Amino acid sequence: MHRELGLIDEELEAIVERLGRAPTREELAMYAAMWSEHCSYKSSKVHLRTLPTEGNAVLVGPGQDAGAVDIGDGLAVVFKMESHSHPSAIEPYQGAATGVGGIVRDIISMGARPVALLDPLMFGPLTQERNRWLMAGVVAGIGGYGNCIGVPTVGGEVRFADPHSANPTVDVMCVGIAPADRLVTAASHTPQAGSLMVLYGASTGLDGIGGVSVLASATLDGSAEASRPSVQIGDPFAEKLLIEASLELVEKGLLEGLQDLGGAGITCAVSESAARAGLGAELDLDRVPLRDPAMEAFEILTSESQERMLAIVPPSKLEEARAVCRHWGLASAVIAELVEGETLTVHHHGDEVAAVPARSLADEGPVYERPVAAPDRSNGDDPTFRPFEGEIREAFLAILSSPDVASKRWVFEQYDSIVQGQTVAAAGSDAAVVRVPGTMKGIALSCDGKGRFGALDPYLGAAHAVAESARNVAVTGARPLAITNCLNFGNPERPRVMWEFAEAIRGIRDACVALETPVTGGNVSFYNETGESVIWPTPVIGMLGLLDDHRLRVPTAFPRAGLAIYVLGETLAELGGSEFSATVWNSVAGRPPVLNLVEERALLDALQAMASEALLASAHDCADGGLAIALAECAIEGGHGFAVRIGGDLPPHVALFSESASRAIVSVAPEHEAALAERGARHGVPCTRLGETGGPRAVFDGLFEVSVAELVDVYEGAIPRLLGETA
Amino acid sequence: MNDPGTPRVGVITFPGSLDDRDALDAVELMGGEGVPLWHAERDLRSVHAVILPGGFSHGDYLRCGAIAAHAPIMAEVAAFAERGGPVLGICNGFQILCEAGLLAGALIRNRSLRFVCRDVWLRVETAATVVTSDLTPGETIRVPVKHGEGQFVATGDQLARIEEGGLVVFRYSSQDGVTGEDHNPNGATHHIAGIRNEAGNVVGLMPHPEHAVDPDVGPTGGQAVFASLLASAMAGAGA
Repeated sequence: MHRELGLIDEELEAIVERLGRAPTREELAMYAAMWSEHCSYKSSKVHLRTLPTEGNAVLVGPGQDAGAVDIGDGLAVVFKMESHSHPSAIEPYQGAATGVGGIVRDIISMGARPVALLDPLMFGPLTQERNRWLMAGVVAGIGGYGNCIGVPTVGGEVRFADPHSANPTVDVMCVGIAPADRLVTAASHTPQAGSLMVLYGASTGLDGIGGVSVLASATLDGSAEASRPSVQIGDPFAEKLLIEASLELVEKGLLEGLQDLGGAGITCAVSESAARAGLGAELDLDRVPLRDPAMEAFEILTSESQERMLAIVPPSKLEEARAVCRHWGLASAVIAELVEGETLTVHHHGDEVAAVPARSLADEGPVYERPVAAPDRSNGDDPTFRPFEGEIREAFLAILSSPDVASKRWVFEQYDSIVQGQTVAAAGSDAAVVRVPGTMKGIALSCDGKGRFGALDPYLGAAHAVAESARNVAVTGARPLAITNCLNFGNPERPRVMWEFAEAIRGIRDACVALETPVTGGNVSFYNETGESVIWPTPVIGMLGLLDDHRLRVPTAFPRAGLAIYVLGETLAELGGSEFSATVWNSVAGRPPVLNLVEERALLDALQAMASEALLASAHDCADGGLAIALAECAIEGGHGFAVRIGGDLPPHVALFSESASRAIVSVAPEHEAALAERGARHGVPCTRLGETGGPRAVFDGLFEVSVAELVDVYEGAIPRLLGETA
Repeated sequence: MNDPGTPRVGVITFPGSLDDRDALDAVELMGGEGVPLWHAERDLRSVHAVILPGGFSHGDYLRCGAIAAHAPIMAEVAAFAERGGPVLGICNGFQILCEAGLLAGALIRNRSLRFVCRDVWLRVETAATVVTSDLTPGETIRVPVKHGEGQFVATGDQLARIEEGGLVVFRYSSQDGVTGEDHNPNGATHHIAGIRNEAGNVVGLMPHPEHAVDPDVGPTGGQAVFASLLASAMAGAGA
């Protein structure tokens, strides 16, 4: 029985030893859920411990529902990313929708109002019908849920690669804002023995049984269709009411604790709450509102029915708390009481069905130091040194229309990006910028994964992801503050995958230390493989940055004609893992660009300094597709052409498409050119003048030119054309 | 409370309303006093104008706006409209006004079958409403839309009455005021983005003028809409 639930023999033995007896059926189900990879992080914990988690601004680090960062003015930003890849592979609409719901509840449970969502997505090529179906379903699910709860979806990314055909990656990030002194944390809220656990929101049904242990903690195989009932069904209307009711409970000071119900359902929420308080609990399953009265105890304990929260309320405030729920039309029920001691006892139909130490479920799961083994293979010939004999203009247009680079308008127009009225910049900007109500501040948000780089070198891929997300934030003028992440990998029981994971963690650690952006939390998504198909090691980084004055935000695109265009940073001969190589030669090979974190840090500092003095008319990260694509994007979004001359000794295709790190394209008014050069020199960042903005054409002097209208058509039309819709 | 000359504009929150706070902010930014109203109450708190905001009232379950149209406060809204009080329904609010019978026609799923969020141009068709008195027919304004069910439809008879009576308030168009499928985000009949009642005091719009008043976060085409609404409210206040 324990094996069916996902527990291995050694884990069963550990349970027997902890209890001093054989577990009941219900206890076994509880341990299986809580000790699942998804809930316990048993394969990743030893590596995650090596990440930098402390910094001046960090209020809450890893271990709680979400991280929190101090942004001044007595306010905290709360943020977290999570994956819902497995359910989305089986039922894309509901899988993605409930992913949104889950991460939003993580933010609510910290007492913060959700203010932004971002969705990094990865699919297989759109030439395959199933991938088109998956993308359409996932995007509709994110929109269907997010649009209905009044939280703007302001960013994310969409990428395509073969390994994601079998295993799409669906990550979701949510960001919230709260008064720092009102955060619901273990430190600020101390539940007492005798306090009551109030379950409120939706009733508990048979959906999502075994979600964490069956779906999220094993590879998908031929029986995936049969797992469909393990996917939960979302009710965004209930979630909206849950947001309002929860925040009112927090604001009125009625709570000693607040916990969302996600993976492992009531078992997780009750055991974690009790363990955190250093107490035990008495849980009465007969008091749980059920959709099906015939539900068995283990089903009630592990159901992952959506839109439920657990409040810990002192008896004196129970009536007031329940009145808040009633006002918002939500059912509530006292299902448990905190008690002295450490035992979580569970009653059902009058019988005691479980009695286990709460801590043993929540904190004492197994920890594995799984074997790692570096692969024995080469990355093939580096494309940097392969002669290019094609037409450079054709290569440029091919890259501009590659789905990774082309406009994702088809996706982002399906998301409400403006509700709440604080969205300064969303799609089309390197980082989304959202105002902080009541202040002049803005928070800048970016999500980045570097799949191809990671496939070639997981250490570099991860470090590049951190650097790029920091750069995306910094080009808006914001200061990168901290990250969350979602670590997407294959089966950790395979030493090759575990090596990739360890390397990626090392890359994140080095980059976060150098850029002073601590890790405040995150999520690990293992088992993203099916048969022979394994996803590339793809840590996705969610970066939070802060603009002291949102009016000083630097736009991405060229805002007008007559500006001087500069590239900051240095272009080296680096086509390994590039968009050029993938698109033109259909080859993912070689070594990814080097990443000098000192230079990266210098660029970030220079960008902030230039922005704070309002020297920059625009700034854009130079990454996928290199210089040529970055310039094209500035022209497309701004509607202004340019004329540039790319100097240097590199062959033209290398100079245009190299993906060297730590670069940005900026435009400046002529009167600021001297100051730009001075600030660049001061920070040790090379500033090279490329040309000027203006005119109806993108002119690469001596090489080729394209009208801006054609750029727009190619860039905007690519994905609709792949989907069989006219642009 | 603001000074007595300030028009009070009520914004009704239904369960599932999302742009209620945004509408209140827009009212305040344009110089009015925003007054939050709750769907389950029967009290309009002596406001001079009422906004039914965007969102997904009751999750849009059953049919968009169908449940909210029966909220206790809607009887008061109907009476207020009957007395000539200015009423603006935005997006879900437009759907509620149609369901409540205060406006003709209905809003169905976008022709693309997809939700759409983008800035559009609207051509002003009439100045004879409580939200367009500051605008000139033929003028265009930039305002965002965001909806999954915004395709305006009506029966032949209704459509004839709407067109012949000059009840179309805005049509989707190009910046130059030319209508066409390229400029119509949802497939609306006759490119209709908003309509009014015969008296011109009740208006429903699919686009969101409340998201087009603050230049830091969007276009500014909604400023004239709110200026008009506040002027109408002021007139109602007898100021």
